[in-house]
Amino acid sequence: MLDILKELIYSSGAVSLTAGNLVMWLVAFVLLYLAIKKQYEPLLLLPISFGILIVNLPLTFLMEPEHGLIWFFYHYGIEFDIIPPLIFLGLGAMIDFGPLIANPKTLLLGAGAQAGLYVTFFAAVLFGFDLQEAGSIAIIGGADGPTTIFLTSKLAPHLLGATAVSAYAYMALVPIIQPPMMTLLTTEHERKIVMTKLRPVSRLQKICFPVVTGMTIMLVVPSAAPLISMLMLGNLFKESGVVARLTNAASNELMNIVTIFLGLSIGATMTASTFLNPKVLFIFFLGLFAFVISTAAGLIMAKFMNLFLKDKINPLIGAAGVSAVPMAARCVHKVGSEANRRNYLLMYAMGPNVAGVIGTVVAAAILLKNLG
Amino acid sequence: MPELIAPIAGSVWKILVAVGDKVELDDEMIILEALKMETPIFCDDSGTIIEIKVKEGDAVNEGDILAVID
Repeated sequence: MLDILKELIYSSGAVSLTAGNLVMWLVAFVLLYLAIKKQYEPLLLLPISFGILIVNLPLTFLMEPEHGLIWFFYHYGIEFDIIPPLIFLGLGAMIDFGPLIANPKTLLLGAGAQAGLYVTFFAAVLFGFDLQEAGSIAIIGGADGPTTIFLTSKLAPHLLGATAVSAYAYMALVPIIQPPMMTLLTTEHERKIVMTKLRPVSRLQKICFPVVTGMTIMLVVPSAAPLISMLMLGNLFKESGVVARLTNAASNELMNIVTIFLGLSIGATMTASTFLNPKVLFIFFLGLFAFVISTAAGLIMAKFMNLFLKDKINPLIGAAGVSAVPMAARCVHKVGSEANRRNYLLMYAMGPNVAGVIGTVVAAAILLKNLG
Repeated sequence: MPELIAPIAGSVWKILVAVGDKVELDDEMIILEALKMETPIFCDDSGTIIEIKVKEGDAVNEGDILAVID
């Protein structure tokens, strides 16, 4: 009788708990709180935090290779590169490239704001990260979750939890991080600039855009193909106007389904042994640095363009060159309307914002090609 | 006759005024919603509202007339 009791106690997870597990529970509970109470990116943070919680219950073997339930989600969804491109399919079916087509100059802002990535890459190398790790950390500056996951899972899978969580965290924190940079780097006068009306974009242009841009990018940087092809296919669904069912499936049902597997898998990579590591704090710090530099680079790029433009652009829209869609564009709109209540920058900011998505994917593809 | 024009595309979230109301420059008249963000639209003139051309929930395009003021 006593033996059976002993057996039961020793086979329970409780005796195998480590202090690290308890710390990870705390991390999970904090993230759950932020998701539920503060509603910071709850669609992702909620499954992520639950994933963290359950992999830190000993002897459940949920992430055990070839056996664990969540390992299968992770292996086939993320290691096989299936989920991030599917998210991009849905994203493509939701975003409107119209403001970018109407004002192609804003493509430069989306490219300029990637500067933070390159600066951070070298900073991370200086801090002692290897080149693959540095590339994965730098991409956080683009504030694009799926792209960060895509790149990290190829270059430095052991950092996946940290880079993915910081990319999503900085996306959620755009309204806190960006405004001080915006007021610091622009004058009151510049923020008040009302932009000239965008020209109308025809349906034909909107249909041609995903095809032509997609082909061009894939011919130049073939390693961007998984993400760009799905993004442009989703957008073609939407702009063609003839496959509403596919557009809805891609942007609603499929997107929601893969989000569940994505969140759980990312959370499940964060076991105490991989996550409780001084490197992880550095990753959050360097990721923030990358995001701040990218914001600044976008703003400075916009001010630089104004030196040559007859119709001045409002330099605030440069900050939307990071790819957090549409948080960064909303943030620009809000700061612009605080300077001048008749300033409606939302659509102007969407140009650099969607260009930023493309820019981050291209940057990731270049890093992948050179480091992978 | 002055008109209130939609500065961005979106849907009409709230109408804060009614026909017959007297409005002043910079009064908040209508709140549009675009990209899950509320954008208040302010009055450009002073006068009396003689017509409101939209109702809550309507989708509007940039440049659409929202209201007419006398």
